[in-house]
Amino acid sequence: MAHEKNHDFHILAPSWLPLMAAVSGFIMLFGAVIWMSPNIENNHPWIFLVGLAGTLYVMFAWWAEMVKEGQNGVDHTPVVRIGLRTGFILFVMSEVMFFVAWFWAFFKNAMYPMGPDSPAIDGVWPPVGIETFDPFHLPLINTLILLCSGAACTWAHHALAHENNRKDMINGLLIAVLLGLIFTFFQGYEYSHATFGLGGSVYGGVFYMATGFHGFHVIVGTIFLFVCMMRAKAGHFTQEHHVGFEAAAWYWHFVDVVWLFLFAAVYIWGA
Amino acid sequence: MADAAIHGDEHHDERDFITRWFMSTNHKDIGILYLIAAALVGLISVIFTVYMRLELHEPGVQYMCLEGARFFATDELCTPNGHLWNVMITYHGVLMMFFVVIPALFGGFGNYFMPLQIGAPDMAFPRMNNLSFWLFIAGVALGVASLLAPGGNGQSGSGVGWVLYPPLSTSEGGYSMDLAIFAVHVSGASSILGAINIITTFLNMRAPGMTMFKVPLFAWSIFITAWLILLALPVLAGAITMLLMDRNFGTGFFQPGQGGDPILYQHILWFFGHPEVYIIILPGFGIISHVIATFSRKPVFGYLPMVWALIAIGVLGFVVWAHHMYTVGMSLSQQSYFMMATMVIAVPTGVKIFSWIATMWGGSIEFKAPMMWAFGFLFLFTVGGVTGVVLSQAGMDRLYHDTYYVVAHFHYVMSLGAIFCIFAGIYFYFGKMTGKKYPEWAGHVHFWMMFIGANLTFFPQHFLGRQGMPRRYIDYPEAFAYWNEISSYGAYLSFASFLFFLGVMFYSLLWGKKETEANYWNEYADTLEWTLPSPPPEHTFEILPKQEEWDRSHSH
Repeated sequence: MAHEKNHDFHILAPSWLPLMAAVSGFIMLFGAVIWMSPNIENNHPWIFLVGLAGTLYVMFAWWAEMVKEGQNGVDHTPVVRIGLRTGFILFVMSEVMFFVAWFWAFFKNAMYPMGPDSPAIDGVWPPVGIETFDPFHLPLINTLILLCSGAACTWAHHALAHENNRKDMINGLLIAVLLGLIFTFFQGYEYSHATFGLGGSVYGGVFYMATGFHGFHVIVGTIFLFVCMMRAKAGHFTQEHHVGFEAAAWYWHFVDVVWLFLFAAVYIWGA
Repeated sequence: MADAAIHGDEHHDERDFITRWFMSTNHKDIGILYLIAAALVGLISVIFTVYMRLELHEPGVQYMCLEGARFFATDELCTPNGHLWNVMITYHGVLMMFFVVIPALFGGFGNYFMPLQIGAPDMAFPRMNNLSFWLFIAGVALGVASLLAPGGNGQSGSGVGWVLYPPLSTSEGGYSMDLAIFAVHVSGASSILGAINIITTFLNMRAPGMTMFKVPLFAWSIFITAWLILLALPVLAGAITMLLMDRNFGTGFFQPGQGGDPILYQHILWFFGHPEVYIIILPGFGIISHVIATFSRKPVFGYLPMVWALIAIGVLGFVVWAHHMYTVGMSLSQQSYFMMATMVIAVPTGVKIFSWIATMWGGSIEFKAPMMWAFGFLFLFTVGGVTGVVLSQAGMDRLYHDTYYVVAHFHYVMSLGAIFCIFAGIYFYFGKMTGKKYPEWAGHVHFWMMFIGANLTFFPQHFLGRQGMPRRYIDYPEAFAYWNEISSYGAYLSFASFLFFLGVMFYSLLWGKKETEANYWNEYADTLEWTLPSPPPEHTFEILPKQEEWDRSHSH
């Protein structure tokens, strides 16, 4: 009986990838310090880029491996799929808590703004001299774009899960990806027309870090959906077994919800 | 044991060294790696503390000199090097918090025994499990790089304290601070991935019939700890990212000149920092429950209240953070709230302590080494808990804030509480993990050296705190000399006990007697890991365990 698997869980073969990920991560972060620290005379991005290349390679190889395991019909049994979904929901929960920190910084400053007599709460929000964006201009359009993208993603999910209609699924994903790209483009356009920078007043830091981290998640989510689209084209995913796509959809909705909070709090209420 | 025949196989381990230890996807091997790495980092961190106690041995600065760090006092001129001192306190804290205790208890014991206790063949994500481990090593590497990189005052290392408070952390020179921030980021990512793995394993992979309230207490404690890590560490990641932005890109999160507020950092940090305290101690609670039940030859008293106390401590841990910052100028109502909430935590903690005592009550107690450590833990953790109730009073805290009283308090609960749990766990499970026996007398010698040493180190610090000695200073006036000297002797004794412990471990691994029994304690060590051979084979529970192998409870 030795070495016969008598259960439905997934036992993996040894792998180099975790160690490589850690080495690349170390190089990347060490290189990031060399690149960005104002206390270093010769800033250069080369070490960072080497580490980044390693990290990207590991990510690619790792997920390629997972896709293979998912497609071979053996490893990802129904109970393993439950585990993968649970794991991904937990990951999204940790992401939510990451955004809590940025919202905390925003609400603290918006509710208790510091002025010239700091630590007295004698300031105003937005701080004097900050010209904020009109929320009902580009930000509103962007809200609609992102919500439409989420709807398209849900359409794709329904097409697969309820109708087994691969063509509609791919179309839905294509629309979701394109809308995601447009959102990112508009966000970049908005940044380039801002009257305030990242440094200087605390407003810039709070605004750009909160919306910037959201924007980064939009880019990640767009890539995630794009990968799902390509996988769907390659014939992956069945009506019952499409964990990767489900995870992408959940991630995309999470990004949507964060944006709604940003839009309501930072853009409307905080202006 | 009939069970051993079921779960053990005689299969010879074919993996070569590199495959087994560098490419592992095996929860037991990864657990061992965590324990070894944590012990090495712990040794570094302990050496720092001994050097600090050496400096505090007598008034004046004799060892940490700008002319060069010394290990023997000489008559030569010595200009105090405050930066070196600050670096020592900072890295002692950072290493212990992020790179010793969490990896040992959560990474080491959690990885090894949580899946065994619930009868799972491995973790839910075995490859990601190894990613957690290697990211922890990458974090250690970044931490060591930070220690050696140019920092403040034209010297190497950061001297800002483990909490990394601005404005000091945002104005510290060099790039040591940035590396330290990334070290914490990476260690946080490692812990979050570990937490995702643990929670998923716990929810998805319990043995058939093992409902939530039949899960052994250690597995429960790891599960609750994982939730705290999952929800608290990302918030810290946000806070230190703000530090990084303030340092490198001119944002003003914590710069009053730009409209920012350094107190914001304290709030976000402690929103993570208080759950962190429970992240450190909860797995220890789990180990102690099993040790006390085993050596009292009784099932643990009040299983259900024990589980609910763990849950309550976990939830309450998120709503008490500002008791670390009573003196920053919060309103009275805020202070009252945090005071009340903090004192409430004494209730579930009390449930645990009294349940352990009730477990021992009427039991036939065996004074084996793990039980000695559990006794030590009970006593020391209670002392630390009592001073904790004192410190929870906002009014009292005015007097004690940033004095040695606080140092004594948190070392009693963490350095003594958590570390005694680790040692209890090591002696309890040493035979299971290695298949070797340690000499029983050595475990006792180690215990008594450490118990006396630790009390000698930290009990006098209560007196120093009451006399008004502030923490984090390299020097002190004559008036504090008496108790500082005693405290230093205690530190030397504790350090000697740690070296002795390493010696015992090496001796037992190399020359220890073979442990042949699956369950080498008694029938009250009745969780699933005791049905496996010592050490367990590469793959365990290839046939999932049957309910009668583990379910000895009547009903909960």
